[in-house]
Amino acid sequence: MSLQHYLIVSALLFAVGLGGALTRRNAILVLIGVELMLNAANLNFIAFWRYGPNPELFTGIIFVIFSIAIAAAEAAVGLALIIAVYRHYRTVRLDRIDSLKG
Amino acid sequence: MDLAFWITAGWTVAAAGAALSFRNPVHCALCLALAFAGLAAFYLELGAEFVGFAQILVYIGAVAILIVFAILLTRASEVDEEPRAFPWAGVAVAAIVFITFAGAIRSSALADRMPAREVKPVVKQLGMQMFQGSYLLALEVAGLLLTAALIGAAVIALQEYPKRQD
Repeated sequence: MSLQHYLIVSALLFAVGLGGALTRRNAILVLIGVELMLNAANLNFIAFWRYGPNPELFTGIIFVIFSIAIAAAEAAVGLALIIAVYRHYRTVRLDRIDSLKG
Repeated sequence: MDLAFWITAGWTVAAAGAALSFRNPVHCALCLALAFAGLAAFYLELGAEFVGFAQILVYIGAVAILIVFAILLTRASEVDEEPRAFPWAGVAVAAIVFITFAGAIRSSALADRMPAREVKPVVKQLGMQMFQGSYLLALEVAGLLLTAALIGAAVIALQEYPKRQD
């Protein structure tokens, strides 16, 4: 397989995640879309590492390891925020959470 | 090799699409775990074994389970009651983004590149690079970030009990 196959799959995953993040009303599903976009970027890093000129430097792999660590932190804080918002509004539907101070 | 790629690609993209189109959020979270597993299969296929297993551990083992717990804790599992019109605008934006990316990838000079040589990343080498090489500071900062995120998540999600009156 050439590099473009992986890049196309990654672009497709990114587009699916973006479409989900834009269209879903449930805050948790929006977070799922964001996670999918992050993973699409990770797939790009690994594909470029494998097909790049200097795979013995492991740059792409190390970048993805840090990216996974940061994505885990983001998911934990994001879900905690959703739980805090739910406790306040009793809903996670983004079209009903529309006031800043209430 | 080719067949493995197409199976993994179809499985990952289908699971990702299902994760964002089911009405029941619990089904969405389980499909998301499937999509993460497909990405781990891609990493293994590309020769990045450590990242593949880290993906399984972190994403399927932690993030997907965390999402399921958030769904359970927030009653988000209640299915959307009113039927909504098909969200044309969001889907159109996603389609335009994909077409732009695909056009850029197809016209790129790198598109038909093949891997130069077989490289087996040994976990020992990776560890040497991370703990002795130039990534040591970044590793420490990542540890600090994870600690801060852990404490922050606990503080944000902490239940505030009303003060007792006695």
